[in-house]
Amino acid sequence: MSEGHSTYTPKTGIGRWVDARMPLPRLVYDSFVAYPVPRNLNYAWTFGGILALMLAAQMLTGIVLAMHYAADSSLAFDSVEKIMRDVNSGWLLRYLHSNGASFFFVAVYIHIFRGLYYGSYKAPRELLWILGCIIYLLMMATGFMGYVLPWGQMSFWGATVITGFFTAIPLVGEWIQQLLLGGFAVDNPTLNRFFSLHYLLPFMIAGVVVLHIWALHVVGQSNPTGIEVKSKTDTVAFTPYATIKDAFGMLVFLFIFAYFVFYLPNFLGHPDNYVVADPLKTPAHIVPEWYFLPFYAILRAITFNIGPINSKLGGVLAMFGSIAMLFLVPWLDTSKVRSAVYRPWYKLFFWLFVIDAVLLGWLGSQPAEGSYVFMAQMATLFYFAFFLVVLPVLGLVEKPRRLPNSITEAVLEKNKGGGGGHPARATAAPETKG
Amino acid sequence: MSATDIQDPNRRDFLYVATGMAAVVGAGAVAWPFIDQMRPDASTLALASVEVDVSSLTPGTSLVVKWRGKPVVVRNRTEQEMKDGEAVNLAELKDPLARNANLPADAPATDANRTMPGKEAWMVMVQVCTHLGCIPLGQEGEFGGWFCPCHGSTYDTAGRVRGGPAPENMSVPVFQFISDTKIRIG
Repeated sequence: MSEGHSTYTPKTGIGRWVDARMPLPRLVYDSFVAYPVPRNLNYAWTFGGILALMLAAQMLTGIVLAMHYAADSSLAFDSVEKIMRDVNSGWLLRYLHSNGASFFFVAVYIHIFRGLYYGSYKAPRELLWILGCIIYLLMMATGFMGYVLPWGQMSFWGATVITGFFTAIPLVGEWIQQLLLGGFAVDNPTLNRFFSLHYLLPFMIAGVVVLHIWALHVVGQSNPTGIEVKSKTDTVAFTPYATIKDAFGMLVFLFIFAYFVFYLPNFLGHPDNYVVADPLKTPAHIVPEWYFLPFYAILRAITFNIGPINSKLGGVLAMFGSIAMLFLVPWLDTSKVRSAVYRPWYKLFFWLFVIDAVLLGWLGSQPAEGSYVFMAQMATLFYFAFFLVVLPVLGLVEKPRRLPNSITEAVLEKNKGGGGGHPARATAAPETKG
Repeated sequence: MSATDIQDPNRRDFLYVATGMAAVVGAGAVAWPFIDQMRPDASTLALASVEVDVSSLTPGTSLVVKWRGKPVVVRNRTEQEMKDGEAVNLAELKDPLARNANLPADAPATDANRTMPGKEAWMVMVQVCTHLGCIPLGQEGEFGGWFCPCHGSTYDTAGRVRGGPAPENMSVPVFQFISDTKIRIG
């Protein structure tokens, strides 16, 4: 898809002058206007754009909040309350930022599940997928450190538990934990460095996003059929087709986001975080932010020693392992067919996996006792079995449905009899559009 | 000197390697302060000791003091709690070591080894779960000792881990009775 030379022709004298010296307008035109995208992209493909929008929004609200926030353990909690009560529009900025983080994760989870469903990680898109996984890891680090900044009870104890993961590492674990905390327990040095890193990481995310988009524009978008683009009739120009579709997706997404910001601003948070951090008292029931719950459930599911590995190290390894699985997906999936549309068994297991992930999330929010522990262990088992057994084996034994010869054929087949669909003229010569 | 006179490895190869090594050492020397600044500083490391007046503690009551940013519980155990602690079969313990800083590292986790000789009623212990650092709740859980609300670890009346994901008994810090009613921790 990256083949074909640039069709950008500057119309003004200034345009030609700039183009000969630093062709940024040409880059933008080729990447976001004339860039050909598969004609059959559905709304699941709008979440890339939505994520870019959320990153920009989080950086904007975050930079403004940092103007009013004090990263000192004796001032932090009060400065956040001051933002909520005194700073002009401070309540709105903070709710946008805290709910924005949640909706950022909503979008990224849909984006990841989209990739899993349509096999978007398969060759030649392995690097594109891995760059996405790195962005996700950076997002988790950023979200975690951001949650510590209000210095509430959940901030403090969440930080204690998560930095405690590192003490599970034999020999050097304690040293690493003290290096992260700057002391024996979470305290002022911890808060200061978390603030510094929370400010830094989004810029690193933005950097990896550039690589992610670069890799995308080299190999081109995948699409619901999973068949590569073969001819010009398979594609449409990014502008106006994808831009308008993305814009509409963003609008609907922002509508739901705004509903939470204005009507349910604390629904996704935890009331204990409105209690100032107390190093001598753990809240009765610690839970991380909702977007970490499935991994938290996996952490707690390992209550038994596995050979020389004790339960604590086992839990931490299982938790990190559950994320590491994502990085390996391109090589675990042995199927030659990309899209679940043509893989009846994979489709079934995919939806079971979605249910399993949601179940793990719910279990993560429940206390670690009684039957919840057993359920979490079973759900963890399925989680790993999906990656380590289902993905490799299914590719070898499953009989996929017949694939259409091209994207165009698939689209026309779908629209047959419906009479609607895409005006043929619009796709016959996409290069003349925009 | 013609090209054919050059022997391998020649002087230039040596210069490349030497320059490369100097660059690596230099980069390491510059990187170290950036890592070092993250470690706890001397004021944090200073081993402050705390003196605690325990005269108000009747059997069955406890108090918590802050030491090195962590809570240390001092509990005057009841007769029943001591009996329960002694009755435990050591083979059943998940962690067989006493984890008592006042004793050798390989001391077994008997009830007596978790306390001080002659002061068996008194549990002095860093009340931090050995799993991921939460503060367990006292006198809860199925063993009547401590229960960690975070991930469900249970400890008995001598602070030894009995269930859940925690790998070790809660640690006993260095402490001494400086009088019948005063304890110095650290």
